[in-house]
Amino acid sequence: MIAYIARRLLILPIILFGVSMLIFSMIMMLGPYQRLSTYINDPAQLKGAEDIDQLVSKYGLNDPWYEQYGRWIGGVLKGDFGWSESAGAPVTKAIADRFPATLELALLSLVPVIFGGIILGVLSAVHHNKALDHTIRIFAVIGWSFPSFVFGLIVLMIFYGVLGWLPPGRLSNWATEIVRSADFVSYTGMYILDGILNFNFSIVLDAIRHLIAPVITISILWWAFILRITRSNMLETLKKDYIRTARAKGLADNIVVYKHAVRNALIPVVTVAGQMVLGLAGGLVIVESIFNIRGLGQFMANAAQQLDYPGVLGGALYFGFLLILINLFVDVSYAVIDPRIRLE
Amino acid sequence: MEWQEVVKRLLQNKISLLGILIILFFIIVAVFAPWIAPPRDPDDPYLIPRAGWSIEPQPPSDEYIFGTTEGQYDIFYGIVWGTRTAFRIGLIVVGISTSIGIVLGTIAAYYGGWIDEILMRITDIFMSIPFIIATIVLVTILGQGLTNVMIALITFSWMSTARLMRSQVLSVKEDEFVQAALALGANDFRIIFRHIILNTIFPVVIQASMRMGSMVITASTLSFLGVGTPEGYADWGQMISFARNWILGVEGNPLNYWYTLIIPGVAITLFCLSWNLIGDAFRDILDPKLN
Repeated sequence: MIAYIARRLLILPIILFGVSMLIFSMIMMLGPYQRLSTYINDPAQLKGAEDIDQLVSKYGLNDPWYEQYGRWIGGVLKGDFGWSESAGAPVTKAIADRFPATLELALLSLVPVIFGGIILGVLSAVHHNKALDHTIRIFAVIGWSFPSFVFGLIVLMIFYGVLGWLPPGRLSNWATEIVRSADFVSYTGMYILDGILNFNFSIVLDAIRHLIAPVITISILWWAFILRITRSNMLETLKKDYIRTARAKGLADNIVVYKHAVRNALIPVVTVAGQMVLGLAGGLVIVESIFNIRGLGQFMANAAQQLDYPGVLGGALYFGFLLILINLFVDVSYAVIDPRIRLE
Repeated sequence: MEWQEVVKRLLQNKISLLGILIILFFIIVAVFAPWIAPPRDPDDPYLIPRAGWSIEPQPPSDEYIFGTTEGQYDIFYGIVWGTRTAFRIGLIVVGISTSIGIVLGTIAAYYGGWIDEILMRITDIFMSIPFIIATIVLVTILGQGLTNVMIALITFSWMSTARLMRSQVLSVKEDEFVQAALALGANDFRIIFRHIILNTIFPVVIQASMRMGSMVITASTLSFLGVGTPEGYADWGQMISFARNWILGVEGNPLNYWYTLIIPGVAITLFCLSWNLIGDAFRDILDPKLN
C-alpha cells in the first residue's frame, strides 16, 4: 500500500505540471494583446498606459515561451489568475465567492446519486431478466441519452412554470434579504449549513427547495451510470462460489443477497468514483447555468460566453487542480480500505 | 466472435433493432434533407431561414409545421438540417478521436517501458480537467464555429479509447498467436495490425458507438451555452438555447411555447438513445459474463 501511495504522490507534481502546461499552451494560442488580459489583476493597471504595446513588452509577452511560462506559473502560485471581465472582479476572488454554492450542490447531489444508483443496480441484478430489470434498464438508457440541459429545462418548465414548486436561483427574495442582513452570520457560504448554524430553519428549507430540481437533474444521468456498473458486478458476484456456499448452507435469500453479495459487488463501484467526480464537476456547468445558481459552473459558462479569457482559463486550472487532489484522496482512501489494492 | 454473427444477433435483439431503425430514420432524413426541407440559399443550406424578424416564437402552422422559435427561425428546417450537423459531429469526432486512441493505446502497450509511461501520463493529464470544461476553454480560445467545436471535442476525447486499447493489447500481447508471429519474424507493424488490432477491436467499437451520442450531446451543450455554432446555424443545441427564454410561457399558459423546447429536445434525445441502445446490446452480446 505504501508503495502505491508513494507512487501516486510522486506522479502528482508531474500531473499538476502537465495540466498547467496544457492550460498555458491554450493561453499561448491567443495573440499577445489578448494574452495581456490574463496578467492584469485590476483594470486600474491599464490606466495611464499610453499604448498597449508598452504593456505587452512590460509583461514580456513577446519573450520565449518558457520565460513566459515561468512568470505565469509564478503568478498562478501566488493566486493571480488575472481580472475577470464577466465577474467584474479578480478571478481568484470571483472563484472564492462562488465556491460555496458549488460545493453545497455537489455535496447534496452525491447522496442521492450514489445511493439511488446502487439501489437500482442491485434491484436490477436481483431480478435479472424479469420485468423490473427490463424497466430499470430502459430507464437507465433513456436517462443516459437525455441531455442534462434538455432535462433541466423541462423540469423548470413543469415544476416552476406550471406548478410553481421548484424555483430557480439559490434562495427566494425574502430569504436573500435575511441572509444579507447583519443578524445572519455567514459561516460557510453554504445556505443550508449557515441556516442551521444560525438556527434559522426557514432559510434551510428555502435553500433545500431551490436545490431539489438541480439535484434531480444531476442524478438522472449518474443513476444510469452507477446502476449499470453495480448491476454487472452484482450479476457476476451472484455467480461466485461463496454465494453458492452461503445459499447451500441454508441462509435466507435476502441475507445472501444484501449482506454477502452487495458488499462485494460494491468494491468495483468505488473505482469509478474518480470518473464520477470529474463528470459531476462538468455537469455543474450546465445545471448551474440553467437553474441560475451563482457557482463556479455558472461562472465558467458566463466567462466563456463573454470571451473572458482569464476567467475561463483560471476556472479550468482551478477545477483541474481541485479535482486532481480530490481524486488522489479518493484513490488513497480506497487503497486503505480495500485489501486487494494494497497487495498490488 | 465473427462480424456476421454479431450483426445477426444485433438484428435479432428487439432493443438494438429499435436503435438501428431510429438511426436509419435519421440517416434518411440527413441524406434527403435538400428534398425534405429545400434550402432558400443552396450555397448555405445550414443557415436556418427566418419567417420574419419578430422575436416571439410562433406555434406550429400549415406553413411551419413545427412552428418557429425565437427570432422566427423555422424549427422544422433546423431539425432536418441539424440531423446532418449531428452526423457530421458524431462521425468526424468519434472517427478521429477513436483512431488517435487506438494508435496511442497500441503503441503504449506494445512497446511498454518508458514509452508506455510517458503516453499514459499524457493521457492522465488530458483527463484531469472535466471534459465539458476543457472543451469550453478550447472553443473560447479558438473562437466559435462548428470546426473549432469538433477540434475541441477531438482534443479531449481520445483518452478513454487509448486506455481501453492499451489494456486490450496488453491482454493479447502474450497470446500464442502473437508470439508465433514474432517467432516467424513478422515485422512490428504487421503484428500490430493483423494480429493485435483485429483481435481487440470489438470493445473499442462498443465504446465508439456509445460515444456517438455523448459527443453530439456535448457539442449541443456548447451551443446551448452560447460558445458553439454561430447564430442561425442548423444545430439542435442552438435550437434549445433559443427556447431558453420562453420556457415559462405566458401569463395563464406556462406551456405556451412548449414546441420550442420539446421538438429539438426529442430529436437530440432520440439520436443519442439510438446509439446507446445499439452500444448496450452490443456489449451484452460480447460480454459472456452476463449470458
